[in-house]
Amino acid sequence: MLEIKNLQVKLEEEDKQILKGVNLTVEAGKVHAIMGPNGSGKSTLSYVLSGKDGYVVTEGEATLGGEDILEMEPEERAAAGLFLAFQYPVEIPGVGNMTFLRTAVNAQRKARGDEEMSSTEFLKVVREKAKSLKIDAEMLKRPVNVGFSGGEKKRNEILQMAMLEPKMCILDETDSGLDVDAMKLVSDGVNALRDEGRGFLVITHYQRLLDHIKPDVVHIMYDGRIIKTGGPELALEVETQGYAHLIEEEA
Amino acid sequence: MALPQPKQTATDARLAALDLPEGGWSAPARQSALARLQAMGLPGARDEYWKYTRPDTLVAAEAPTAAVFQGDEPLVFDGVERLKIVFRDGVFDAEASDPLALENIEIARLADAADIHWAQDLYGKLEEDGQTPVERPLAALNTTFATDGILMRVTGKVSKPVALIYYHESETSDAILHHVVKVEEGGDVTVLENGPAAARFNKVMEVDVADGAGFHHIRAQGRDHERRAATHIFARLGAESTFKTFTLTVNGVLTRNECVVELTGDDAVCHIAGACMGDGDFHHDDTVFVTHDAVNCESRQVFKKVLRNGATGVFQGKILVKQGAQKTDGYQISQSLLLDEDSQFLAKPELEIYADDVACSHGSTSGAIDEDGLFYLRARGLPRGIAEDLLTIAFIAEAVQEIEDESLQEEIVGRVEAWLLRRRG
Ligand SMILES: Nc1ncnc2c1ncn2[C@@H]1O[C@H](COP(=O)(O)OP(=O)(O)OP(=O)(O)O)[C@@H](O)[C@H]1O
Ligand SMILES: [Mg+2]
Repeated sequence: MLEIKNLQVKLEEEDKQILKGVNLTVEAGKVHAIMGPNGSGKSTLSYVLSGKDGYVVTEGEATLGGEDILEMEPEERAAAGLFLAFQYPVEIPGVGNMTFLRTAVNAQRKARGDEEMSSTEFLKVVREKAKSLKIDAEMLKRPVNVGFSGGEKKRNEILQMAMLEPKMCILDETDSGLDVDAMKLVSDGVNALRDEGRGFLVITHYQRLLDHIKPDVVHIMYDGRIIKTGGPELALEVETQGYAHLIEEEA
Repeated sequence: MALPQPKQTATDARLAALDLPEGGWSAPARQSALARLQAMGLPGARDEYWKYTRPDTLVAAEAPTAAVFQGDEPLVFDGVERLKIVFRDGVFDAEASDPLALENIEIARLADAADIHWAQDLYGKLEEDGQTPVERPLAALNTTFATDGILMRVTGKVSKPVALIYYHESETSDAILHHVVKVEEGGDVTVLENGPAAARFNKVMEVDVADGAGFHHIRAQGRDHERRAATHIFARLGAESTFKTFTLTVNGVLTRNECVVELTGDDAVCHIAGACMGDGDFHHDDTVFVTHDAVNCESRQVFKKVLRNGATGVFQGKILVKQGAQKTDGYQISQSLLLDEDSQFLAKPELEIYADDVACSHGSTSGAIDEDGLFYLRARGLPRGIAEDLLTIAFIAEAVQEIEDESLQEEIVGRVEAWLLRRRG
């Protein structure tokens, strides 16, 4: 599904290398987790994949379903099935959450040559999905993320993901800021989307989330590289022992 | 005191090109306005109040020509149930207008000059009051030479909006219209205005809102790229009255909208808002002067300007709180969204306060589109253009929300969407 080969990225503004050769393949139907110390480049990887400005790819490639995505505009990547649940969802004053969701759903359908969703159908689907994430009608009416609590913002990301039904979902610290119950809601939301045709890349600092969303593969990122790859037990190892020994092994 | 020579010359040239309309009840007011105009002269480039906007084309003896916009989009407010009053190049069109009759409002034309009329007490009076402390010569010119206008006396709640619809048909038209609205106690009316009106348009609207009365005004100036307009609203607000005006401006090489409001009765509410969308050869000036002269009044000024391809936006806004106008709540915000580096926004917000127990705030900002917001929308699949448009509409939302009636809000937003769509081609 998602194939990243020797991806090297530096900042546009300054000569600073952030990603130093990332190799990673997420197969359809699988959940991969990335863990790693602060500042190791996890969010950068997610931004570069989704097309944010400010980064320069100096080497390597990234493909989604065989298609090179690095040359695409962010909206083309979205239409191709890539979705990033942001570590820090952006507040957009003046744009209603519903308007935003409907515009996004229909823009992607249009880009794929599918028919647009009628407003009645859209309403029905959105209400149902919002309900399962405990997002009330009031929150749907409000401007996108404005005045939402940290946890509400994260739930809103998952609602968007559920509506857009992407092929490849990247979740950047979706668990941070969530209370125990919300963590369960969000995980249920993610698990409901798990299927044969969909891949997940879950960035997290904590084993807790991985109790709910069971990963198939766990990667450790450090200093712009994946330094170790293993099974779910690797996350448990990090939980109890931290990163120091893994970093030493690598050095 | 004699006028500086260039000003004298310009004023003489302009006056020579105009005919003083036949008398009737407005004759004394016109004479008085003419005397005032001659004493102050027309605005010149050196006048402080015209520092950001060049008055020459508004003052010139002849109107610069303006091509008539050809478009097949339906006009704004077309879907609104309203009483239509149509002017073409400043000339009343009886055929296209509805009969000037509606419950709780008396409507007449300025050009039907009888010898006695209720408007006699107001015509040119609010304009004259609005000449201090700052002179507004184009308004005095208007009072003197207006060829027509609508006089409305509102005695109760009016069931549907009264709509002034201005068509621009000749490339050289130069229209001067003067409206007077008197809203009596318990009266409430919504006045709509739309259309480019003429190659050059000078318009004054005097509004007297009595105690407890309400006046709502929604205006859409637009369409024609080359038209010019200088407009003034002069309003006087009684106790517990409400005055709300909103203006959308899209296109037009030059627009100067002045709004001069005096809150004279306690507990009055005044909202003045505007949004403009400028692209290229576009200069838009909002000049606002709100005077608080009573206790516990609220005033809000909310202006948003979207500018691109070298367009210019100007805001001169003042809140004057007189001695004794305690518990004044004054708010003023003017913001611009600059879609490129060629565009500019010039703002001069002012507060002058002589009472001690007031809450006044003002702010002015200029900024580009929020890149993080743009990326977020695009990452969800919105094409760049659509995402920008959405953020643009979001930017002007605070101003549009000043319109009380939601269906009229939608009319305005629909207009903006159509404009954005047309821009993108
Ligand atoms: N625009 C930028 N300007 C300067 N430094 C940047 C920029 N973007 C990323 N960096 C740097 O790149 C490194 C990687 O940052 P990134 O946000 O990808 O880390 P992360 O692994 O997601 O960390 P965390 O776990 O704290 O979220 C950090 O040292 C960060 O300071
Ligand atoms: Mg991060």
